[in-house]
Amino acid sequence: MAKVLVVTSGKGGVGKTTSTAAMGAALAQAGQKVVVVDFDVGLRNLDLVLGAERRVVFDLINVVQGIAKLPQALIRDKRLENLWLLPASQTKDKDALTDEGVGRIIDELRGSCDWILCDSPAGIERGAMLAMRYADEAIIVTNPEVSSVRDSDRIIGMLDSKTVRAEKGERVEKHVLIARYDAARAARGEMLTIDDILEILATPLLGIIPESQDVLRASNVGSPVTLNSPSSVAARAYADATKRLLGETVPMLVPTERKGLMNLLRGRRAA
Amino acid sequence: MSILRLFSSRKPAPEPVPTAPIARERLQILLAHERGSTRGKPDLLMQLREEILAVVQRHVTLDPDKVIVRMERGKNVSTLEVDIELPNGSEQAFAATG
Repeated sequence: MAKVLVVTSGKGGVGKTTSTAAMGAALAQAGQKVVVVDFDVGLRNLDLVLGAERRVVFDLINVVQGIAKLPQALIRDKRLENLWLLPASQTKDKDALTDEGVGRIIDELRGSCDWILCDSPAGIERGAMLAMRYADEAIIVTNPEVSSVRDSDRIIGMLDSKTVRAEKGERVEKHVLIARYDAARAARGEMLTIDDILEILATPLLGIIPESQDVLRASNVGSPVTLNSPSSVAARAYADATKRLLGETVPMLVPTERKGLMNLLRGRRAA
Repeated sequence: MSILRLFSSRKPAPEPVPTAPIARERLQILLAHERGSTRGKPDLLMQLREEILAVVQRHVTLDPDKVIVRMERGKNVSTLEVDIELPNGSEQAFAATG
């Protein structure tokens, strides 16, 4: 039975799609069977970040409407045979996405893979609600700045009230992933610190991803950063976060400016 | 520069290959197709797919699970691959109608 993991944030541009691609790929690299689902109807981008944009035939809404069967719409990654993409529709009306339809697709996927990663659109509208609706776990992608933390807090509240699990009195396991962390600015005291964010959100930390050229280069060429430059600091941070998701205990590395001298080892637990 | 390198255990990083030109080309191809499909003109590949399947369906009952459609959108050439498994006995049906 697959775990359903929503990657969400409320705020746009914080790194949801990049993180979905990187962690989906990292899970597949770890031998897990992974389906990543793009819920951003009308503004899909997960296909582009994964380099599958030229191969989209059918999409999520085609499957909801019964025009295509699920296996026909899934696009298998060319590099990782364990990784599949279900793209969002670029042209259809986003109201075509129904709670019942999404539930059916998630149910069908659950039996055939280990992880379903739902890449949420920004905002708190229908697409974002449906992306989190069937989640067992959630990654809240947060940047170290006030508007992002505020939106994350709002999303955490929704995860605790609007999901199927919440309605059944169960809990969605939540993790904060801090992305676009800039070590130099943090050192100068210009950004919220990691401790500040965790204290405000009161949610365990899954990982800290540095602001990185490697992430930009990876999306330029359409390859998740964990595949495109696996030895980069960002890729290693995603790989460590993925291990924590799989239950391993990995020391939390705070990305520092690359002086080559030291990486501060922090003894903070992931969960 | 070279003196600094003496103290650095790390080998000098290789000059990264610029990726922006790849990004530009990927976007150009993608947007050329998307502009066609979202601004009035229906996407040619999508239209071909639907019409081909409709023609086949006039003669044979298609099992939706046995139809595989693949696309690869390119800069100069795009390919549409429609793989349809015909049930046995469909040839007789063709002969009768033709």
